[in-house]
Amino acid sequence: MLDDFFTRAILAGIGVALVAGPLGCFIVWRRLAYFGDTLSHAALLGVALAFLFEINITLAVFAVSACVSIALLLLQRQGTLSSDALLGLLSHSALALGLVALAFMTWIRMDLMGFLFGDILAVSKMDIAIIWLGGAVVLAILAVIWRPLFAATINRELAEAEGMNPERVNIVFMLLMAAVIAISMKIVGVLLITAMLIIPAAAARRFSSSPEQMALLAAIIGAASVVGGLFGSLEWDTPAGPSIVVAALALFVLSLTPVFSRPSPKPLDTAEGATEPRKGARP
Amino acid sequence: MLHKPDSLVTLDTAGIHRAGRWLVRGVSLAIEPGEIVTLIGPNGSGKSTTAKMALGILKPDEGSVERRAGLKVAYVPQKLAVDWTLPLTVRRFMRLTGHVSVQEAESAMESTGVNHLAGAEVRTLSGGEFQRVMLARAVARKPDLLVLDEPVQGVDFSGEIALYDLIKRISDQMHCGILLISHDLHVVMAATDRVICLNGHVCCSGTPTAVASSAEYKALFGARSASTLAVYEHHHDHTHLPDGRVEHGDGSITDHCHPEDGHHHHHGSEGRSDA
Repeated sequence: MLDDFFTRAILAGIGVALVAGPLGCFIVWRRLAYFGDTLSHAALLGVALAFLFEINITLAVFAVSACVSIALLLLQRQGTLSSDALLGLLSHSALALGLVALAFMTWIRMDLMGFLFGDILAVSKMDIAIIWLGGAVVLAILAVIWRPLFAATINRELAEAEGMNPERVNIVFMLLMAAVIAISMKIVGVLLITAMLIIPAAAARRFSSSPEQMALLAAIIGAASVVGGLFGSLEWDTPAGPSIVVAALALFVLSLTPVFSRPSPKPLDTAEGATEPRKGARP
Repeated sequence: MLHKPDSLVTLDTAGIHRAGRWLVRGVSLAIEPGEIVTLIGPNGSGKSTTAKMALGILKPDEGSVERRAGLKVAYVPQKLAVDWTLPLTVRRFMRLTGHVSVQEAESAMESTGVNHLAGAEVRTLSGGEFQRVMLARAVARKPDLLVLDEPVQGVDFSGEIALYDLIKRISDQMHCGILLISHDLHVVMAATDRVICLNGHVCCSGTPTAVASSAEYKALFGARSASTLAVYEHHHDHTHLPDGRVEHGDGSITDHCHPEDGHHHHHGSEGRSDA
């Protein structure tokens, strides 16, 4: 049953999930979901450019995503439009530009659906090498900037006052995001990358009592979603990328059920209780 | 003129200009080791802005700010909202911006009386508990300069006295300089060495007068509070008119107030009258 392409798919998917989990935690903590969407939509423009200049797709996607993040930083500083308007503008323009550019290149036979929704069953050994090597670099850099990045997430001014450099750390984080989008595009496609970043992190939240634990759990839950989604896709003949996201969603829903509630040392504030799943009763 | 070799931080006629106006201007102050300096002033008077200049978060558009080389700073910001999505226990919060050993964290939490909360999630704490946790985190850093932005905000009166006692103890034990921003114009910590009153510029500064003489304070809050809090008396010599001009004590009217002016009040805008 485990054909070679299937093993490759699982290896590639797990590699992406291990990187997307910890990074996704920061996306959730910093409320950057829409930013993730913007970068991943811009990835399609990267694909078009890769075809146009005949360069490596992963590299082109990383370059375009990085440019979009820097453009966003510069536009935000000008302060003419609000951040979400800027994100929407960049996101959809890049997506539309990518689609238009691809349509112009009539000499290329390519599978648009593969880029939009992923083509995990077609990953090559080269893809796996890029995912695992690139992923290891991303995780190593994330480990180095972890403390200042986390401190700046809690309070930017506090981090800066106490000798950290939030600005630099933010830029590095944006570049890491661009890298993760570049390596995970093939797995779930540009439209679903943000899901791989956010859903495992969200599912990990209720079982975590420290940020580091949440990052680790998000990686594990992501990997479990990849395995579950791929087997489901094989079993029911569903598209692989969306199946992985559905598996992640299933794990998230499972995390909400009271079966998994753990006793909390203190009861939640009543003000917050209305919008959140309650933790276990006071011991 | 303010330069002393051992000053922790020195502001020299520093100012911040944003969107066409001066948030604060002409601020000169220095903080020495072991000294407690309190900044007071109405909302929007530039207290936080001044503190942020001292901390290096904001670069002055005018004048200069000098921090002693290798200065170790701890900052307790005015607001710190921890989102539900962030799992953060008090124990983890202690080493937010730098390595702190378990013993150091324990003793810091002990000193502010929050060691029983070590395993609690930060966002479940009450206002007073959270202030003590923030103080513990700052203390654990063993700073040379401790900047506290409205540390008694949202804390009831007895909690306020306890917090001021605690800040005094921290100052005594650690011999660090403390810059304290107070939300109250008239009541400051008695242990303050210097009060600086801001309203877009330094209105006046000096030592808080002893509260012992203020019988109504003792009657109202008891003798214990009198040893912790003091009434700061202002010397009003000019008034800010509604149109932005300034009427001075001698009756003259100018466009701006001057750094050498004493304390002032906004014409008809402040509800409180002075003691």
